[in-house]
Parts: sequence; C-alpha cells; structure tokens
Amino acid sequence: MSDQSAEHPGYTEYHPRWLRRRPSTYWWLERRAYLAFITRELSSIFIAWFIVYLLLFIRAVSRGDASYQQFLAWSRHPVVLVLNVVTFLFVVFHAFTWFNLAPKAMVVHVGGKRLPASVISASNYAAWVAATAFVVWLLLGG
Amino acid sequence: MAKRSLEPILWLLFSAGGVVSALLVPILVLLLGIAFPLGWLSAPSHEHLFAVLRHPLTRVALFGVCVLSLFHGAHRFRFTLYDGLQIKHLNELINLFCYGGAIALSLWAGYLLWVVP
Amino acid sequence: MPDRITMQVARYRPEEDGGQSVQAYEVPCPKDWVVLDGLNYIKDRLDGSLSYRWSCRMGVCGSCGMTVNGEPKLTCETFLSEYGSGPVRVEPLRNFPVIRDLVVEIGDFMRKLVMVKPWIIRADEQDVSAGEYRQTPAELDEYKQFSMCINCMLCYSACPIYGLEPAFIGPAAIALAQRYNLDSRDEGSAERLDVLSEHDGIWGCTFVGECTEVCPKHVDPAGAIQRYKLTAALAGLKSFVLPRSAR
Repeated sequence: MSDQSAEHPGYTEYHPRWLRRRPSTYWWLERRAYLAFITRELSSIFIAWFIVYLLLFIRAVSRGDASYQQFLAWSRHPVVLVLNVVTFLFVVFHAFTWFNLAPKAMVVHVGGKRLPASVISASNYAAWVAATAFVVWLLLGG
Repeated sequence: MAKRSLEPILWLLFSAGGVVSALLVPILVLLLGIAFPLGWLSAPSHEHLFAVLRHPLTRVALFGVCVLSLFHGAHRFRFTLYDGLQIKHLNELINLFCYGGAIALSLWAGYLLWVVP
Repeated sequence: MPDRITMQVARYRPEEDGGQSVQAYEVPCPKDWVVLDGLNYIKDRLDGSLSYRWSCRMGVCGSCGMTVNGEPKLTCETFLSEYGSGPVRVEPLRNFPVIRDLVVEIGDFMRKLVMVKPWIIRADEQDVSAGEYRQTPAELDEYKQFSMCINCMLCYSACPIYGLEPAFIGPAAIALAQRYNLDSRDEGSAERLDVLSEHDGIWGCTFVGECTEVCPKHVDPAGAIQRYKLTAALAGLKSFVLPRSAR
C-alpha cells in the first residue's frame, strides 16, 4: 500500500468503488444544531453593520446638533429601523452563545481546584450586566 | 520550528472582539439604533453626547471597540464563507475582503475619532 | 410497545452498479434490544449478506458507530424502543467513504491519530531502577476526561468541518493530543504544537460543538479544542514577538 496518505491527511487512495458522498450546499439545514450554528455565525454581518452605524452616529454628533437630529431622523426610516432591530436580535444571540461557550476555553484554577464552568459563565453574565449599566449611565446621565 | 502563521493572532483578535462585542454592542444597538430614534427614552442632548464623545478616554475606548468588533466579525464571516458557501478555494479573495474590510473600516474609525472637534 | 419494528438499512454493493439503496426489514423489538441486536437478527435470520462492524456490544470498543435516523450513534447503546413504532433508518457513518453496506473506511482517522504523537514524550527517559513516574490524583484529573476516548469516530461524523474539508485533523485527534499535553509526565507539547497549528489543524475548527454533543464517553472534544486554541494562540503570539526564545 502506498505511503502517500501519511503525507497528505484527508487523501485516501484511489478506490473507484468506495462510495463518497459530498456534503450538500444546504448541509446547514439538515440538523437543528447546524442551523443554530450558522445563525450564530451570521451575527458577524450584523456586528459589522452596527460598527458602521456607530461610526455614522459618531460622525453626526461631531458635526453639531443639526446633523445629530438629522441622523436620528434618518435612523427612524423603516428600513434602518428594521435592520437595527434584526441586528439587536442577532447581537443578543451572539452574546448569549458567547457567554455560554466561553468557559470551555478558559480553565481557571483557584487554590488547586478547577472553577466550575457555571462560575465562569455567571461572572461573564455579571460583567455583561455591569457593562450595560455603565453604558446606560454614561449616555443617559453622567 | 512552529510555522509562523497569522492564524493564532487572528484568533486572539477574534476572541477579544467577541468578548467586547458581546458585552457592549447589545446595549449600544438598543439605545443608539432603536430607543433613541424611536424616542422610547428621550434621546440625550447633543451637548451631553458631544461632551462624552470628545473625552480622550471615550475616543480610545470606542476605537478599541470598533477595531476588535470589526476583526471579530471579519474572522467569523471568513469561516462562514469557507464552510457555509464552500468557497474555500477562493480563500485569498475572501481573506482580502474580510480582513481588508476590517482594516479599512478601522482606519475610518480612527480618522473619525481623531477629528472630533 | 410494538413487538416488531421496521429497520430501513442502507445497502451498497461495490461489485454492482446502482449506488446506495435502502432495504427494509422487520425485526422483533423486545424492550431491551438495541439497534445492533436488530442488525444481528437481520444477518442471522433474514439476510446474511449485510455487512457491518461490531465487537464488544457494550460501548467500549468504538466499532459499531453508524448513523441512526440521521444521528451518529453507537448501535450497541441505542435502544430500538427509543424510536417508538419506527421505522429506524440505519446508514453508514457520515463523512467517511463507504466500502460496503454499513462499513466505512477509517484509514484517514487512524493516520490522524498517529499524527498528534499520542505517546509520552520526554527529553530524558527515567531509568527503570529509578522507579515509576508519580502522579497525584489532581494531576490525573487534568487529562483523565480526554483519555476516555474509544475512537468511535462519532465526533468526526458530526463535525461539519470534517465533512467539508477532509484534511481537517478532527476532534478526537485534538482531544488525544490534549490528553498528552496535559499529562504531567509529558514534555512534548511543543512537538505537537507544530502539527496542530497547521491550517488544517485546530484553526479549521469553528466551534460548532456537535462533536461534544454526540460523544458517547463525554470526552468533550470541543472543550479540548477551544482550550488548546488559547494555549496555541498564546504560544504563536510568543513566537511572533520573541522568535528565538519561544523554543
């Protein structure tokens, strides 16, 4: 048997009678878990959109009160509004999935014992609440 | 000798961006994109927002949020294109589009935050 | 509880034309029968030409992995009663080439396991007279979970990345690498890093997480991979910033 396979992982020898089934373009529809995964990944587009929106917002504020009010009026346009609502939903989904999965990557040892995943998750959520409160305070009061 | 690829660094940027965007973007979308335009909460006065924006700490923090979130999104979208659309053979084009886009928008962010009067 | 159930079994005969087909068999369905019992009944009484792998029939050898109603399962641990009145569809494990009927080609998987150097690597081997290497229970716990893998390949079947990119090294291989990296007796992390930080190593993984969901031994390969990504990323960063001292 040739040894080419050792240097090329994934390469199997030419066996015309082995049945090889290629994944369909719609593989992500075949299982609920895959659909949830792709939805999570698509949140990336909405994060990018929001940063663009944020930069436009910053630019509007920099240019004075009139342009700020104009920007708020523009963001009331149904297309922009719907886009932002959808963005909000995707971004929240990203946050939840992120905080639930983050403990997998971070194994923290305190005093020789491993912190359970739930503790790490809980501290992530606590940080989320704190960050949210801070932003609200900053923008509305301060 | 470990191959010197960019992947580890891109992944670290992706992770940092994931944390930052998860913590801050939801509330920012809610306020800036929905609540203020719709008047659910009275939008803050221009004076107040401008004062917050001008502060050097705000500008640095916003820059950080923008750059990290952009790289987070770019990295994730790149893999979505690879796996979702199965166009991995176009990887050079995809990388250029994703990371190039992130860099371009980061430069724009830097410019905008620098020139706040 | 029905006392008979229909099993729809995928057939593939390479010596004939015609690709894959489905053949239905009716098998008895006692309460304690698993899918493997159904397959054995088919082979013993109904159709001796059916080909499939199995061995221990108790969930430790990893031979009997197949796709049952769309999910990767160990057929010796999956009860027919879970499927109510049926039918139960049995197909070969997804993402692998099919040799015949329910038998898949596992050579790629076997080669990938070896690629991660799954053995204790030490700079100096202790002399036998020096006695055994000692390890505390806490040190054992660090890697024990990852040592429970039975090489059943259900995780490779569930991983969409492996399906799309056969060069991807895959969940079990990375978990196996972690089993050794986290072993206090081992000194080979740097060597394994070279293999794993190739593009088709850990960086192809996008944390779908299905590998962990289907693992019958609760190895949690997804956790092993994400944890390793952090380790490898920091090591990669170090080698970028301090190229010489990194090794």
